[in-house]
Amino acid sequence: MEALHGRSDGGQGPGAQAARPGATDSRVTLRVNDATHTVELEHCATLQEVLRDSLGLTGSKKRCDDGRCGACTVLLDGRRVVSCLLLAVAQEGREVVTVEGLAGTPGAHDSLHPLRRPSADRDAYQCGYCAPDQNGSPGGTQNGAAGQPMVVTDMELPENVPVLLTPAEVLEQLSGNLCRCGAYPSTAGAGQDVIA
Amino acid sequence: MKPLSYVCARTVAEAAAFHGGRPEARYLGGGTNLIDLMRMGVERPDILVDITRLPFDRIEERTDGSVRVGATARNSDLATHPAVLDRYPVLSQALLSGASGQLRNMATTAGNLLQRTRCGYFRDLSRPCNKRVPGSGCAALDGVNRDHAVFGHSPHCVATHPSDLAVALTSLDALVELVGPAGVRTVPVTEFYRLPQDRPEQDTVMRPGELITNVLLPPVPTGADSRYRKARDRASDTYMLASVAAMVHVEHGVVKHIAVALGGLAHRPWRARRTEAALLGTKPTTETVEQAVEEELTTAVPLRHNAYKVELARAMAREVLGSLTVGHRKP
Repeated sequence: MEALHGRSDGGQGPGAQAARPGATDSRVTLRVNDATHTVELEHCATLQEVLRDSLGLTGSKKRCDDGRCGACTVLLDGRRVVSCLLLAVAQEGREVVTVEGLAGTPGAHDSLHPLRRPSADRDAYQCGYCAPDQNGSPGGTQNGAAGQPMVVTDMELPENVPVLLTPAEVLEQLSGNLCRCGAYPSTAGAGQDVIA
Repeated sequence: MKPLSYVCARTVAEAAAFHGGRPEARYLGGGTNLIDLMRMGVERPDILVDITRLPFDRIEERTDGSVRVGATARNSDLATHPAVLDRYPVLSQALLSGASGQLRNMATTAGNLLQRTRCGYFRDLSRPCNKRVPGSGCAALDGVNRDHAVFGHSPHCVATHPSDLAVALTSLDALVELVGPAGVRTVPVTEFYRLPQDRPEQDTVMRPGELITNVLLPPVPTGADSRYRKARDRASDTYMLASVAAMVHVEHGVVKHIAVALGGLAHRPWRARRTEAALLGTKPTTETVEQAVEEELTTAVPLRHNAYKVELARAMAREVLGSLTVGHRKP
């Protein structure tokens, strides 16, 4: 088994030798929204806690804190994940994007990021608490979802025919983002605008 | 969460050395289950060995028609891999019927297999649970056991295994590749999970310090087909009440190969061997499929609150096996 002695090809991230034996905290360099931050953190700190408490990025929210609600959704190396179930110490060398990173282009005609415009146009939220994750989640879906099978996909569709996501597929893609106001008709509509 | 050490392993040898087979050590993959359990205090490791940067994230098609899936391949990547979609639809369907998009992006192959039960008493520190604290008792046995086992349970534990992936792999006769202090070994997934007996704290046959490196999907005969069907309380992002995975090869109307696994009904994915034996080598009809399903389900021993699971499994197994054999596919 070649992998027994192989080294991973990343070349980034924490080296095993970096941790002091028995230490429960470390100095870690994180990449967030195209900026580099070096922070001292407890190993048991989640990415969610470090984003909010150490870096002041309060866009992603702490709500259920066990991975179900999606309020803490961020993009990690371009994929949407829940930051409440990730240890920050393990994310060195990976690219994190929070809703603060989804800013509009300065000086552009539209001040909103394209992922956020549909929600604004549809007045998609009631209390707005889940807006950051509802904005970010379709972004993480965009690259991969269209044409990919989902549990609600009609598997009898002809192969190799490009299909945009059906409303049921959009709902499935967004099922990891709970809205406590129940404003789903509007959030799903905004998601549909982005994804489909 | 309690303070703990963290190391990121660059090689399997390094990972094994850091872990050392100690009960207080845990390997960290996607973390979707482990971090959750640590936050609740169900898991209290003093060191995490991060294995996500080991070179085991590949999904590799091999010349003999098998597929080797790396232990750290993400569930979303496995579910949408062309070879999996083409040859192992049961696997793709099982993965896509679990969790949410975010969690599938995080969860690894090995971590999915090693997730702990969703039994509410296991996750509630105020209640006895032999799986969490050996010898403390089983609160589910006479408690609210709606979500619990109907096959293979013991007076010590009536929990079920929550992995959809494991059920699909059981219908594929997949192999689990392990590396540990005593070297490399391969265990059929059908022998990987234990029944609770009097040691429910032990979910699998893994030995201290062992690490899953790969899962091997055997070649599929041309013309074989497979399916996964799952019943749950809501349409997305929750665990199975019952599920059925089946791989069937029918040639000229005769069943040449059949493997049926039931999920959500036992401490491990439950192979319906009696159903398989009743259909193998026959030309099935709707009636014989129903009889074959009955052969297995009459051996179920439901608890006070979960007899409905037998009825769910019956309806789904009839439909899935009917569609794969008789060909009356109904959505």
